[in-house]
Amino acid sequence: MIGIIDYGMGNLHSVTKALERIGHDPFLSEDPAELEKADMLILPGVGSFRDGMAELEKRGLDSFVTKWAEDGKPLLGICLGMQLLFDESEENGSTKGLGLLPGKVVRFRENGVKVPHMGWNKLTFKQPAHPVLYQVEEGHVYFVHSYYVEAGSEDVLVAVTDYADAEVPAVAASGSVWATQFHPEKSSSVGMSMLKNFVEQKGGVEVD
Amino acid sequence: MLTKRIIPCLDVKEGRVVKGVQFVNLRDAGDPVELASFYDEQGADELVFLDISASHEGRETMVDVVQEVAGKLAIPFTVGGGINSLEDMKRILRAGADKVSLNTAALMRPEVIKEGADFFGSQCIVLAVDAKWDDELQSWRVYTHGGRKPTERDVISWVTEAVSLGAGEILLTSMDEDGEKSGFAEELTKAVSEAVSVPVIASGGAGNAAHFESVFVNGKADAALAASIFHYRETSVAEVKAYLKEKGLPIR
Repeated sequence: MIGIIDYGMGNLHSVTKALERIGHDPFLSEDPAELEKADMLILPGVGSFRDGMAELEKRGLDSFVTKWAEDGKPLLGICLGMQLLFDESEENGSTKGLGLLPGKVVRFRENGVKVPHMGWNKLTFKQPAHPVLYQVEEGHVYFVHSYYVEAGSEDVLVAVTDYADAEVPAVAASGSVWATQFHPEKSSSVGMSMLKNFVEQKGGVEVD
Repeated sequence: MLTKRIIPCLDVKEGRVVKGVQFVNLRDAGDPVELASFYDEQGADELVFLDISASHEGRETMVDVVQEVAGKLAIPFTVGGGINSLEDMKRILRAGADKVSLNTAALMRPEVIKEGADFFGSQCIVLAVDAKWDDELQSWRVYTHGGRKPTERDVISWVTEAVSLGAGEILLTSMDEDGEKSGFAEELTKAVSEAVSVPVIASGGAGNAAHFESVFVNGKADAALAASIFHYRETSVAEVKAYLKEKGLPIR
């Protein structure tokens, strides 16, 4: 069973719809006790990092998600949900994140480019053999974000894209924790394949 | 490199696509869901649905359409037309749309932009602007009510204000060019694109693939929208994209 973490950060319906399209019946919940029953969790979300952390904390989801990941259970962060998995964000001074992946979230420098980074950009694979990229074409995916991750370690970078003179982490992963900066549910066949890989390979971990 | 987006636009009335659509290979050319899938297969980067229903019932039907489209489509889509309040936005976004576009309602009460952006994030809020050159203003004037009513607003000041309130993208329609098929309004598009930090979608005037190239290069547009040339199969999304790729533009 797939649980989608509903913590009040934006539009979660497109993720739900996308999973339904590939034959799954996910449930939305903000309650750790309910989410505990899932085999794998998706942390979506758009909006501000600070609000996102505050909304997670308000529901006791910060410690729940941290423990979930530390137990080696499959977790997929999408967009803001990816950023929250990292150590901290420079948004509003500095806000601490969940610290499940090493790195810092920083704002794009507006050197002659539009911010947000909105639209289809091309992926470059750093770890082509990673299970998230199984049978995935090195194509374009749909991004919408104004902040990006400066990864604290090359090891977590699975795929990147380029924007505003930066190498922007597009897919990051460490063990059972996978994350995409773009919206796989809105990224046509390339994105849908990755969503499918997460769901079918259960984030690359053995669960029954 | 971020690609330039090609966006077909569908006018929907009481749940049906209108404004003459000629698709011989479709079972039902008036079915928004079938057309959406067709454009998706053609490589459309995004879709816009404009609800031109006059009635409350028509608006309700739009929610069903959005739900059905969201169940089939894995590309972003925007819904506009008749969205006046945060409640309207919630209805459409919860049905599965990725963005809503605001036009007349935002001019009547600009705070509605902020309410939407605060609740859903700027990336969900598209400001649609109908613009027409005005000799008296020596600038472009904003029109409302589907281009029927002139306002006191100048386009540049309006888009700047809207972005500061939280609009995440501008859908800019040139009324001078709309329906003419003589090319997009490049000067207008460039002026708006340089005035705001958010992406600008050029609309109105598309007649052939070269027009798209020109508005991306000269008009500094981030995306371009067209309706009739795609509906009437004068060209296709795939043909336009192939042309632009050949010209060296970044295209998905």
